[in-house]
Amino acid sequence: MVEVKDLSVFYGSTKVLGPVSLDVRQNEIFGIIGPANSGKTSFLRCLNRMDTFVEGLSFEGSVKFAGKEVKDWRNLYALRRQIGVVFPLPVGLPLTVYENVAFAPRTAGIRDKGVLDDIVERSLRRAALWDEVKDRLNALGSLLSGGQQQRLTIARALSQDPKLLLLDEFSIAVDPVTTMRIEDVLKELREEMTIILVTNLVQQARRLADRTAFFLMGECVEVADTEDLFTGEVADTRTREYVEGRFG
Amino acid sequence: MQFQATALNRRAARTEMIMKALFLGMTLLLILPVVVILALLVKEGAPMISYEFLFSEPKNGMTAGGIFPALLGTVALVVVALLASVPVGVAAAIYLSEYAPDNGFTRLINLAIINLAGVPSIVHALFGVGAFVLFFKFGTSILAASLTLAVMTLPVVIVATRESLQAVPHAFREACWSMGATRWQTIWRVVLPNAISGILTGVILEVSRTAGETAPIMFTGAAFFLPFLPQSVFDQTMAMSLHLYVISTQVPGVPDALPYGVALVLIGMVLAMNSVSICFRVWLRGRRKW
Amino acid sequence: MAQTPADANADRRTADWYVDKVAEVLMFLGGISAIVLIVGIFVFITKEGVAFIFTTMDVWEFLTSPAWRPTSDNATYGSFALIVGTASVTGTAVLAAVPFSLGAAIYIAEFSTGRTREILKIGVELLAAIPSVVWGFIGLSIMNPLIIHLFDVPVGLNVLNAGIILGLMAAPIMTTIAEDALEAVPDKYREAAEALGATRWQVTWRVVLPASKNGLLAAILLGVGRGFGETMAVLMASGHSVNVPDSLFDSVRALTATIAAELGETAVGSDHYQALFTLGILLFVVTFLINLTADLVVRGIRKE
Repeated sequence: MVEVKDLSVFYGSTKVLGPVSLDVRQNEIFGIIGPANSGKTSFLRCLNRMDTFVEGLSFEGSVKFAGKEVKDWRNLYALRRQIGVVFPLPVGLPLTVYENVAFAPRTAGIRDKGVLDDIVERSLRRAALWDEVKDRLNALGSLLSGGQQQRLTIARALSQDPKLLLLDEFSIAVDPVTTMRIEDVLKELREEMTIILVTNLVQQARRLADRTAFFLMGECVEVADTEDLFTGEVADTRTREYVEGRFG
Repeated sequence: MQFQATALNRRAARTEMIMKALFLGMTLLLILPVVVILALLVKEGAPMISYEFLFSEPKNGMTAGGIFPALLGTVALVVVALLASVPVGVAAAIYLSEYAPDNGFTRLINLAIINLAGVPSIVHALFGVGAFVLFFKFGTSILAASLTLAVMTLPVVIVATRESLQAVPHAFREACWSMGATRWQTIWRVVLPNAISGILTGVILEVSRTAGETAPIMFTGAAFFLPFLPQSVFDQTMAMSLHLYVISTQVPGVPDALPYGVALVLIGMVLAMNSVSICFRVWLRGRRKW
Repeated sequence: MAQTPADANADRRTADWYVDKVAEVLMFLGGISAIVLIVGIFVFITKEGVAFIFTTMDVWEFLTSPAWRPTSDNATYGSFALIVGTASVTGTAVLAAVPFSLGAAIYIAEFSTGRTREILKIGVELLAAIPSVVWGFIGLSIMNPLIIHLFDVPVGLNVLNAGIILGLMAAPIMTTIAEDALEAVPDKYREAAEALGATRWQVTWRVVLPASKNGLLAAILLGVGRGFGETMAVLMASGHSVNVPDSLFDSVRALTATIAAELGETAVGSDHYQALFTLGILLFVVTFLINLTADLVVRGIRKE
């Protein structure tokens, strides 16, 4: 699904990450752990060309999605439509809940009300939010609670019918109960899409990820099966120290 | 041990009270004229106000009758000016808020806006004459006068719109872009609808300023005495502001109350629109959408 | 949902891709409108007045001779009296208004709170909303007899009349910008001073005012610019004689008023016509410089 080779990410002329080489396989949950400022978010930004949102951010190297270099895509919007993103801070758009989830299909050109209704309901169900909002689809998405807004964000991402789902520290601003619910959702979603999960909660990676990468201060230290990382069979001692909580 | 005010403390406290009172006095002295002027205009001008005054035409060489053509003219000028300035102004603000990179060229645009806002109204009139009346050959007409007004009030629309666009949190835009929406789709569906209220406030403000302007329309399309109402944008028109000017300076034999009446209607229009804008702003502040 | 594999064939430029590009161009055009217009204004007024500058007149004489006699047989175009007229009226206005504007700004920004603050700010806003022709009318109908009566002078349309009116017109913008400058001083400065036992006034005098002096200067500059460029009020309240004033009670003519009063009577392209446009160029350049300076001063604050 995603093939990265010798990726280096720059902020202006300062290198913030790299070189990174790794592959993300279809239908796996790929975790990325590491302390703050290690370049995890910068890595995600390259995958769906979110680098264009941030002035000064650029990258070199090969990043392939579906076999094609992301830098070669001529229609970035089409690229982004295939990739769903969940940010750390929940964002409910100031539209109705219904319109929040219908946003992506609408901008993709779907106009049929029946089809939209269907997509909205399915996305909200899969995001574990349907029961709570089904009677208030007209409520403003931006006025929901934090946990609900985060699930709304997931519903929006799911409405795109994405092949790849990127989650960047999704549980930071969300209560533990909602976090568990979302983790259950992710486990189910694995059947249908590939997931990259950036998290600073080491145990979350252990619970969810098939394979995990450890990023430290702009360097990709190692990539391994999650179980190996956590049972101490690591290639680099820093990984073991991080996993054991020696630094954070 | 008790804390007792020392002589130093007491003196400082007294100075504070005096300064506070002084500044309050200064503030009130500034605002007082508004009240006084309004009161005076009402007192002297109210007797003139009647249905007839507002809706009939002047008679006897402008010394009697009503102000309807001038009222109509002002409305026409404002409407056409809005039609010209709002689209351009909103587009400019969208560019500055959503597209413009942080570089020298953008700073140049901002400088141009500030300067445009500071150009004296009579210089706008000269521009109007040179550009719209003569160069583009619109002649002295509603079109030329309105375009001159539009140029003059463009900065107001741009600044009000830009501020309301920038008040929309950036997170909304990023959320939309990440879903694959184009920049324009995001602006059109999320950013702009949430900035409309701020834009409206700016537009109402523009309207109130446009209605009161005299110099820009004096030589570009407004005339004092016209026997007929304008039939198209290429005709000249009367206008409230110009009417007040001529009536109070150049027409002999005008009864005292008449210019007061005109001034009262004009200031009534302007203050009414300002009040609408202010109330709208206060109401908006209570209605949070995020 | 149907699970089709990730599709690089979806990389096609669709309608909304093109709409986005078109929108970008349109917005850009709107964005440069301000530059186009300001350049346009300069170009058009220069175009109408340029012949005058290069053929008929001598720049030095234009600026220093008080003989503005466009309608006499031997027409002369000395604008000195007009320049002094503008300067005297603007000067009076600023001198009168600055203390009150600053005082009001200090009260609103430092001493008032909540409802009172809102009401005062609205009061200042309404003061700014009064159209200049109405101000001119006030100058004619109220200030005129008042000045004649109070000071026992023969004519009430003079520097003093226009100066006070202009002062009231410039005050709102000075107050608002000064207020912004005061509010921009971080609260932590105030809190630090108050923690040392200073009264509100002491904090304002010793901490806030010195910290905001750039912004206050900009406020005054913008007020000067406003006074300089004002047309109708000055036209109606300053009288009509073209002369260099000796006292506050002399009638004068300002640059702006001259253009407004005489343009209607000139023939397009005539010397008089072009001379008026040249006055316009002078006004444009001076207000441009004032605004530029004020902007630089304000930018200086933001860098701190």
